[in-house]
Amino acid sequence: MSTMPVISARNLDLVFQTGDGSVQALSDITLDIEKGEFVSLIGPSGCGKTTLLRVIADLEKPTAGSITVNGTTPENARLDGAYGYVFQQAALFPWRTIADNVALPLEIMGLGAEEKASRIKRNLDLVNLTGFEKKFPWQLSGGMQQRASIARALAVEPDMLLMDEPFGALDEIVRDHLNEELLKLWATTKKTVVFVTHSIPEAVYLSTRIVVMSPRPGRIHEIIDCDLGDDRPLDIRETPEFLRIAHQVRDGLREGHSDEA
Amino acid sequence: MITMRDFFTGRLVPVLTILAAIVVIWYGAAVALNAPVLRDFEKRAGEQTQGMEFILKTWSQPKPTMPAPHQVAAAFWKYTVGVKLSSNRSLIYHSWVTLSATLLGFAMGTALGVVIAISIVHVPALDKSLLPWIITSQTVPILAVAPMIIVLLAAIGVTGLLPKALISTYLSFFPVAVGMVKGLRSPDILHMDLMRTYSASRSQVLWKLRIPASVPFFFASIKVAIAASLIGAIVGELPTGAVAGIGSKLLAGSYYSQTIDIFAALIAGSICAILLVTLVDITGRFVERRMGVKP
Ligand SMILES: Nc1ncnc2c1ncn2[C@@H]1O[C@H](COP(=O)(O)OP(=O)(O)O)[C@@H](O)[C@H]1O
Ligand SMILES: [Mg+2]
Repeated sequence: MSTMPVISARNLDLVFQTGDGSVQALSDITLDIEKGEFVSLIGPSGCGKTTLLRVIADLEKPTAGSITVNGTTPENARLDGAYGYVFQQAALFPWRTIADNVALPLEIMGLGAEEKASRIKRNLDLVNLTGFEKKFPWQLSGGMQQRASIARALAVEPDMLLMDEPFGALDEIVRDHLNEELLKLWATTKKTVVFVTHSIPEAVYLSTRIVVMSPRPGRIHEIIDCDLGDDRPLDIRETPEFLRIAHQVRDGLREGHSDEA
Repeated sequence: MITMRDFFTGRLVPVLTILAAIVVIWYGAAVALNAPVLRDFEKRAGEQTQGMEFILKTWSQPKPTMPAPHQVAAAFWKYTVGVKLSSNRSLIYHSWVTLSATLLGFAMGTALGVVIAISIVHVPALDKSLLPWIITSQTVPILAVAPMIIVLLAAIGVTGLLPKALISTYLSFFPVAVGMVKGLRSPDILHMDLMRTYSASRSQVLWKLRIPASVPFFFASIKVAIAASLIGAIVGELPTGAVAGIGSKLLAGSYYSQTIDIFAALIAGSICAILLVTLVDITGRFVERRMGVKP
């Protein structure tokens, strides 16, 4: 059973009905993700990356095809607390302090006070927000807010992380740091990560596989294997192997675009 | 922080300007409204006063059509500071009688409004079925309904504070229900999605998201509700020939054409309204501060 994929999507379609017609957000998506993989979804905006992540998270229902998460329906998986989700925006509650925001899912899980406090401390540490526990979200920069939202997702200690362009709004230095931290976390915990990004270097640096998507309708153009080994210092980004994969991703993106009729 | 300077230029000066304008207009209105009666009176008495003397006379009638500000102020002073609290003539005592009905009715109205709003937000069928009735309830003129409620309740032995409070409830639940439906539905879709990823129960979504998000709506609507409650309590005192309360003073004043007393009672009512609304405002600000609202 150890080979059963954590996520298994078969011929997924998703059509949104809107006021002025329908939008095919996903078309014929077939994808297996194994336990412990780090899979990036990359592609131009509107190609369905967010929608695919939301289908996995049971925030959206596909209109055709089938999908299992942890061998069961996405709904059951969600109810089991299978994943932690990081949204594109921080989505902090403005009336809660940073620490209380991280506490939110822990309260819902019904954790004890001690366990809650230690998870809050550990995860705020991890994203370098120690000392900001009592601040309200508006007192923090956008980047710090996003780090708080990552701490909140990690505090749940899920086996799987679904991250929608979590570092999109951050500056380069913070982004590098969080990329390193995320990689470390992934290497030590062997969590499954599905990661949406716009950035080719970020995808190549982090992933074991890169799913290149193309728009209208949103579909998978190409899946690129990308294993740079467990030990990846930041300057691995200058090695020929890294550049070769980055090139391949760029070509894939370009082809995906020119597929358009 | 509001500095003293800001306070004077930002608040006090405009408020005082308006107040001064009102007083000037009021004195003018007193002359205009009292002049015909006074002329009539002088004609019969064979007197004829002119100019300033006449104007001053219009401002000092014992039972004027429109009392002048200083007459009202003097009466107000006499019936608040000048008499014992336990006296039947004390406006403070009567204000308290009305306020206690107001507060009881307001508390019940707010509770009812919140319960209705929570039900409407959670039971889709109620949204369609209940809301039209709630809106209809407010189109019934309260002046017509109040005597019926008071008389009906008296018939089954309910008298005193409760009937008046019920009229306050009737008027105050509505703004709370409508405001809270909006407030409980105000959370971002993003925040709702977040709670869904945690598989939060409906009651967790209510307590941790909907209710905190509705706080600004809550305070906006109870500000309206508390003013409506005061109106309700006063209206509730009118038809019964109530022995106490601002409403009873208004009624007694109109029986005996004591216009000055009516105005003094009106001033007492306005002060009660200002106090109540200010109290709600301060509480709202305190709560928002505690909830980390950007100052
Ligand atoms: N709730 C929705 N209703 C209608 N159309 C939607 C909705 N969500 C996404 N879409 C459309 O689906 C397509 C894919 O969107 P999305 O998954 O957000 O793309 P990406 O994350 O790759 O930028 C877009 O054309 C978008 O406009
Ligand atoms: Mg997106």
